[in-house]
Amino acid sequence: MGLIKDFLVLAITAMLVENFVLVKFMGICPFLGVSKKIETAAGMGIAVTFVMVAASALTWVVNKYVIAGAEYLQTISFILVIAALVQFAEMFVKKAVPALYAALGIYLPLITTNCAVLGVTMINVQRDYSFGTSLWYSFAAALGFMLAIVLFAGVRERLETAKIPKYLKGFPIALISAGLLSIAFLGFQGLSF
Amino acid sequence: MRYRDIFKNGVIEENPTFVQLLGMCPTLAVTTSVSNSIGMGLSATFVLMCSNFVISLVRKVIPNKIRIAAYIVIIATFVSIIEMLLKAYLPALSESLGMFVPLIVVNCIILARAESFAAKNAPLPSALDGISMGLGFTGALTIIGAVRELLGNGTILGFSIFGASYNPALIFILPPGAFLVLGMIIAVINMITDKKNTKEAGK
Repeated sequence: MGLIKDFLVLAITAMLVENFVLVKFMGICPFLGVSKKIETAAGMGIAVTFVMVAASALTWVVNKYVIAGAEYLQTISFILVIAALVQFAEMFVKKAVPALYAALGIYLPLITTNCAVLGVTMINVQRDYSFGTSLWYSFAAALGFMLAIVLFAGVRERLETAKIPKYLKGFPIALISAGLLSIAFLGFQGLSF
Repeated sequence: MRYRDIFKNGVIEENPTFVQLLGMCPTLAVTTSVSNSIGMGLSATFVLMCSNFVISLVRKVIPNKIRIAAYIVIIATFVSIIEMLLKAYLPALSESLGMFVPLIVVNCIILARAESFAAKNAPLPSALDGISMGLGFTGALTIIGAVRELLGNGTILGFSIFGASYNPALIFILPPGAFLVLGMIIAVINMITDKKNTKEAGK
């Protein structure tokens, strides 16, 4: 029972309490860039989930056996692994789901520079997570990212038809809505297990 | 392009944060205080300057197809350097910036400047472009940091401004405050540019 509880707690922590986008500020670029429609937001969420989990698995192995914990090589080796993975995901999506590929546009190759991906791999190393825990944590964190971006896309679809003061139109109102969403997620900070 | 133009372009006209809206993650995450903002801004400036210079030096050698990967390796090298320097000489700053120091690697401003400027220009103008963009970034972060620290903590750079009776609005140094402050600042900038444009159009 203890193990299951630990895993559930970790998942809730990663998804809600430490939500990558709204609490930790990682992955803001795609969060603001591809959140105009719910479908594309969900597609982006799935692509990021795939890259994040795969990156966690690969970088865990790289950290343990290739660079053997040498801290100064982490940044450079992790980003290379991620860049290769994203290239792979791009080729896959292009072949398998061309419509999604067109919708994601520039933001697909930009997953490389999505700090949530590099961020999650570094947190895994920093907190000394085991292989299984790393995978689970990154999966839950990616779901948290997807939750935030899909919720936000829903808000933005409504904003399209709302009456907004002239100078707040576009980016400023999007940021302010994100701020309100972030306040809601702040509520999870009080959770304790 | 003249050097003065490059400088003005980076700091004001194409300010990476307020105009191009790049590099949002560190912009929102580390601006809880002015000192953090300046630390982050200058670290990014260092990386921008060095990576732009080196990328410009090797721009004719790198095959087109693998250029992004090559840029990332060059950028990551300089990020590792600044990471180690901060850890050694400014441990407190390094501690409070935390993960966002290694995450400079994925700051889109740096890759964007590599691709759009350093890959096409000579080393010296490229380095200057890096410095100007970096300073524009630093300036923007400092403004956001100042607003947040002042409202959220009543201080600037740790000095009390409003006196002890001020009851700080904590929300501004919590995550939501970052979104709200940046949104309002961009709205104000929109208003200023709009007023300026209508004035010019009226002439």
